[in-house]
Amino acid sequence: MNAREEILARLRESLEGAGPAPEVPRDYRRALEPGTDVVDLLIDRLEDYRARVHRGTGAIADALGDARRVVVPADLPAEWRTGGAEFVEDDRLPTADLDAADAVLTGCAAAVAVSGTIMLDAGPAQGRRAVSLVPDHHVIVVERERIVGHLAEALPRLHRSNPQTWISGPSATSDIELQRVEGVHGPRRLDVVISDD
Amino acid sequence: MSTAFPKAAKVALGMPQLRSNLAHATGAIRAKRTDVAGELDDWEELRSTAAAVKADVQHRLPELALEFERNARAAGARVHWARDAAEANRIAARITCEAGADEVVKVKSMATQEIELNEHFEAEGLAAWETDLAELIVQLAEDRPSHILVPAIHYNRTEIREIFNERMPDAPSDLTDDPAALAEAARLHLRRRFLSAKVAVSGANFAIAESGALVVVESEGNGRMCLTMPETLISVVGIEKLLPRFDDLEVFMQLLPRSSTGERMNPYTSVWTGATEGDGPEDVHIILLDNGRSGVLADEVGRQALSCIRCSACLNVCPVYERTGGHAYGHVYPGPIGAILAPQLEPGEHDDLPYASSLCGACYEVCPVKINIPEVLVHLRRQGPHGAGERAVMGAAQRVMARPRLWRAALRAARFLSRPWRGRGHVRRLPWPGSKWTGSRDMSVPPRLSFRDWWKERER
Ligand code: SF4
Repeated sequence: MNAREEILARLRESLEGAGPAPEVPRDYRRALEPGTDVVDLLIDRLEDYRARVHRGTGAIADALGDARRVVVPADLPAEWRTGGAEFVEDDRLPTADLDAADAVLTGCAAAVAVSGTIMLDAGPAQGRRAVSLVPDHHVIVVERERIVGHLAEALPRLHRSNPQTWISGPSATSDIELQRVEGVHGPRRLDVVISDD
Repeated sequence: MSTAFPKAAKVALGMPQLRSNLAHATGAIRAKRTDVAGELDDWEELRSTAAAVKADVQHRLPELALEFERNARAAGARVHWARDAAEANRIAARITCEAGADEVVKVKSMATQEIELNEHFEAEGLAAWETDLAELIVQLAEDRPSHILVPAIHYNRTEIREIFNERMPDAPSDLTDDPAALAEAARLHLRRRFLSAKVAVSGANFAIAESGALVVVESEGNGRMCLTMPETLISVVGIEKLLPRFDDLEVFMQLLPRSSTGERMNPYTSVWTGATEGDGPEDVHIILLDNGRSGVLADEVGRQALSCIRCSACLNVCPVYERTGGHAYGHVYPGPIGAILAPQLEPGEHDDLPYASSLCGACYEVCPVKINIPEVLVHLRRQGPHGAGERAVMGAAQRVMARPRLWRAALRAARFLSRPWRGRGHVRRLPWPGSKWTGSRDMSVPPRLSFRDWWKERER
C-alpha cells in the first residue's frame, strides 16, 4: 500500500462505529448592529494598529509622503496617481526594482471595519503579491463601497481561488517580551486612504 | 523526543530569568485575550460552532482529505502523503534537491517542528533557516521553542541581545536591547535571504477542502515573504487542519487571533490555492501528514485534541505551565494541549504528561474550539500504566465531567481552592476531584525537570 492508501485506510478504520457527523450550529453574528458607522469604526481600528488614515483621494499624495519612486499595478486608476512621485507600473519588475522602490500604491477588494482588516485578492488595482510586499511603504486606497462591518460580509466579496492577503496594520512582532514592535519584514509603514468621493 | 530534555534543561539552568519572563509574558497576553474576546457578544456561539465544525471534520476526515487533494491538484499543487515524520522529511528534502537548492527559508510551523524537519535537513546537508523572529532567536541559541506562539517567551530582551551579538554575524556592533532595534537587526539579517531564496517551507493553519486552499496566519511578514518570493513552496500540513468550506474562516479567523495574540486580527493572513501564474511560487507542494493523527482519531474521547488550532491560550492560563515553562514537557506541544496530544501522538512515550495538570479547568474555558482538556486528561490517566485505585478515582472524576452542571460546579470550586497555591512552587493538595489523587502524594512543581523525570522521581 502506498502512503495515501495506507493513511486513508487507517482513518477509515479509526472511524468505524463513530456514528454520523454532528450538526453544526450557526448561531453567531454575521453582521454588526444595524446603524453602525463602519467608516468610523474602520478608522478607529486602523489607528489602533498605528496605520495612518487619510480621507479622500486628494490625500493620496500626502499619504505617499516623500516617496519618489512608487510602484503601481498596471491597472491602477490614473486619477490615483497624483503628486510629484514617479509612478512605475509593474510589468513583472525584478525583485531588486521592487526593493529599490520607496512605496507601493494599490487598491483593495474589501475592508472589514470591526477588525481593521484590508483584503487584497489580486483583483483590479491590486497587482501580484510581491508588489504589495517588498516595498517598505504600502499605501492602500479603500473605496467607501468596499467597507463592510463584519468578516462574514467580506468573504463573499473575495475572489476565492486567487491569492489573498489580509492586512491588519503594518507588519508587527510581539516576540520580545510580548511588546508590540511595528515594522518587521512586511512594509513597515501602512497608509490607508479612504475614498468616499 | 528523548533528546529534548538534556538540551532544554541545560538552557533552563543557565537562565534564572526563565520563570519571571514567563509569568510576565503569560500575564500580559491573558489580559489582552480577555479584553478582545469580551468584545464579541457571540463568543460562546462562535466557540460552539468551531467545536462542531472540527468534530464534523474528524468524522469526515477521509472524504475531506480526498476532496482537498482533488481541488489542490486541479489548482496546480502537487499533493504528497506522509505516514510519519521520516517520510515527510524525505519528501521535503527530495523536493528541495530537485529544485536545485541546498537551503530553504521557513515560516514558523508546528508541524515541521513536530517532524524535526530542521534536524533532518541538517543531517542531509541542507540548511533550513527559521524566519519568524522568535524562531530565529531560538535557532541562533541552538535551543528549543518553549511556547507554541512565542517560542522565545523564556528569553528577555537582554538575553536576546546577547544571542544576536554572539551568534548573528551581521548584527550591528552598537545593538541595544530595545525590542525595536532587535527586530530591525533581524529584518536586515533576513532580508537578502528572503529576496534570493529558491525554496520555502511552511505549515498551514487551515486547509480548505472545497477549494484546495491553504491559509497561513502571521504577524511579521516573514510568512508573506516565504509564501510569495521563492519559486518552490513546500507546505507540511497535518490532516486534521482541514476545514470543509472557505466560509468556515468567518468563524475561525475571529477566534484564532483573539485567542492567540489577543488581537482583533493578526497583521497578515495569506490564502493561496495551488499555483498562480505570475504571482508567487509556481512549483507548489503540499505534504499531508499523518504522524499518529489517524491513531488519535480512533479514541472517541481523545480525538477532540485534533480540533486544536494551536492558539496557545491554554498555555497562557495554565498554572503548571507558568511555573515549569514549555521545555519541561519534553515535547513540541507543551502546556495543557501537549499534555493531551503528545501521549496520543506517540503512544507509550509521554504517559506522565496527563498528570502535569491540576485539572483546574482554565484551559477548557479559554479554548476557542472548546476542547475539554480536563476530560481528556482524566481519560488518558485512566489508560496510563498506573494503579487500579488511581484508575477508579479517575473513572469517578470522568463521570462527573461528563455531567456538565456538576463539572462546572467542581470547576468553580477548584479555581477558588487552587488560588492559594498560585505564587508558590508547591501543590500540596489539589482541589477535588484532584484531591483524591494528591491526597497520597506531596506534589512539587520543580521547573527544571521534565514531567517524565519528575514523575519518575516521585514514584521512587
Ligand atoms: S487546545 Fe485549545 S486553547 Fe489550547 S492551543 Fe489548542 S485551540 Fe488553543
